[in-house]
Amino acid sequence: MITVEALTKTFGPVRAVDGISFELAEGEALALIGPSGCGKSTTLRMINRLVEPSAGRVLIDGVDTAGMPSATLRLRMGYAIQGIGLFPHRTVAQNIATVPRLLGWPRARIAARIEELLDLFGLPPAVFARKYPHELSGGQQQRVGVARAMAGKPAVLLMDEPFGALDPITRTRLQDEFLAIRRRMGTTVLLVTHDMDEAFKLADRLAVMEKGRIVQLDTPEALLRRPANAFVESLTGSEDRGLKLLSLAGVTGLLGPAGDWTPAEDGAFRKAGAGRAHAPVSASATLREAASRLVFAGVTELPVVDEAGTIIGAIGMERIIAFGGGDR
Amino acid sequence: MAALVAVAFAPFLALQPNRIVSGEGFTLPGLPAAWLGLPLATLLAACAVAAAFAHHAALQALAGAAGALAALLGAGLAATALLPAGATLARVSLGSGFWLVTGAFGLILADALVKLRGGPLVRIVLAFAAVGAVLAVLAAGLWDDLSIMREYAANRDSFWQQGARHLVLVGGSLAPALLLGIPLGYLCHRHAAARGAVLAVLSVVQTVPSIAMFGLMMAPLAALAAAYPALGAAGIRGIGLTPALLALFLYSLLPVVANTVAGFAAVPPAVVEAARGMGMGSLRRLAGVEWPLAFPVIVTGVRIVLVQNIGLAAVAALIGAGGFGTFVFRGMGQTAMDLVLLGAVPIVILAFFAAVVLDAIAGRAQGRPA
Repeated sequence: MITVEALTKTFGPVRAVDGISFELAEGEALALIGPSGCGKSTTLRMINRLVEPSAGRVLIDGVDTAGMPSATLRLRMGYAIQGIGLFPHRTVAQNIATVPRLLGWPRARIAARIEELLDLFGLPPAVFARKYPHELSGGQQQRVGVARAMAGKPAVLLMDEPFGALDPITRTRLQDEFLAIRRRMGTTVLLVTHDMDEAFKLADRLAVMEKGRIVQLDTPEALLRRPANAFVESLTGSEDRGLKLLSLAGVTGLLGPAGDWTPAEDGAFRKAGAGRAHAPVSASATLREAASRLVFAGVTELPVVDEAGTIIGAIGMERIIAFGGGDR
Repeated sequence: MAALVAVAFAPFLALQPNRIVSGEGFTLPGLPAAWLGLPLATLLAACAVAAAFAHHAALQALAGAAGALAALLGAGLAATALLPAGATLARVSLGSGFWLVTGAFGLILADALVKLRGGPLVRIVLAFAAVGAVLAVLAAGLWDDLSIMREYAANRDSFWQQGARHLVLVGGSLAPALLLGIPLGYLCHRHAAARGAVLAVLSVVQTVPSIAMFGLMMAPLAALAAAYPALGAAGIRGIGLTPALLALFLYSLLPVVANTVAGFAAVPPAVVEAARGMGMGSLRRLAGVEWPLAFPVIVTGVRIVLVQNIGLAAVAALIGAGGFGTFVFRGMGQTAMDLVLLGAVPIVILAFFAAVVLDAIAGRAQGRPA
């Protein structure tokens, strides 16, 4: 558990960060989001004391970090940045070993950890362990950068625009991979980003920052439904926030009875009394995907099937619209 | 092709009635010893043609090496043939044709080696081989009848003494320049204010002409020695080794400091940021990350200093510091060009050798993927 209390940084007369407080639970992912200059990076860098706070406290499991030597503190916090900063003169394995070595892990444990992380990030150790950073693609370098940040099993992983320098396709793929890895490992993450979609995708909660203060700290759904002010509303995208809302929830929560639907040819289903058969929606689909399917098929309801292809219910436009209207 | 023209028209050797009078030039085909002159000219021409039309860089290198070796051996044999029997004062000196031919083949060889892209180790081995080949020709006595070797024979003991002194001058100024310059460069890297001041002062030092610099050293050091006789007894005087070392040291500082600054500045900021963020202390960061990444650029600075000092140390002979420059200035005083060469050629070879070795070290440092 990381507790941030009234963290403040002043540069001369400028309050770059102005009394920020939040708590980060074990295994939670929190995103600091806002336009450039809002103080989100400074906040992150005060937590591992790359920037000394002017006031306020950071506690790990209730212990004030101000008393710890900064190097010791940083060894307990992973750090991944947009520039990656892999050591060009060291191999992938040596890069990942950086923090475990500083922590004085035995050799065998370091080797096992390198292997585990490379496997986790889809970089077969036999191929990649001995490569040098310049032999890797941008996406591979960033994977190694994040793996290196996670190597010492940090209490929290601090990430500053970690996927910012990648092309959109690679970025999306890395976000998906990272999300899966985070869920599997239960990593606690503090993420700085200016990309709302990335924050929605990767974080459990978002702290929207403006001019050094947190304007609203909430779940993605609450941010979309109840923006605290016009700034948050504009940041979350007022035009397409209905669709964003739909992408946050899966179809399984809104299933109606499957009664009317009967199996037809090729895994499709036909509604009683209707002429055309329709391919079903997968149970893992988001409401956004389901809505898209409904619009495209030109119907108000589609069957939903599990992985085995068995029908488990139906998703209808009315329920989706009702979800969008939600509790407000 | 320049080699071909040189073979035909420039005097390859010159026969002098004595050490000082400039003598009669002989082109290769015009050598009285026709059994040697024409075949040698043909061989050299063949090597040049082979090198010019070689499809593979290895063939070109082979032709270049063969041509250079043939010129070396041929010059020695021709000198023996040209020298009148029993003439003690007559000298055979190397003519412009010889220098042009060897120079051209040297260029052909160097060009081929660049094309071959040999690794750092290969280049060092080849440099050793080239210098070794020249030394072997000399040691075998093949050049004994050439005037430059006559000068060597007359100055044998002092040649090696002055050679050792030359190395002392170069090494004795380089070592302190590194010991002071690299930390100073790092300091300049960390503090922008220091950087401006230090580099400005060193740049001014660098603009002082070498002879003036050696002169400038004399007065204060002489005064110092006069004021404190103990210093004078310890060898600190206005002339000799001390002022020369001091001057060379001052010249060395700018390239060392400037390249150290450039080397550290070239370390990507993201790498330093990541190292800090992961909890590497400043010493660990310096030793494990910044220094290895700055090293190749710093070695380039050391190469500049080394080659520069090998040349500049020659001037130190003017203030009685010794070194190969002694022969150059004595030769100039006596208008004995061969004595000048006895000093100049080893300086060129030393500088060439130092450049190749340090390039190889820098190449190796860069070869580690950076």
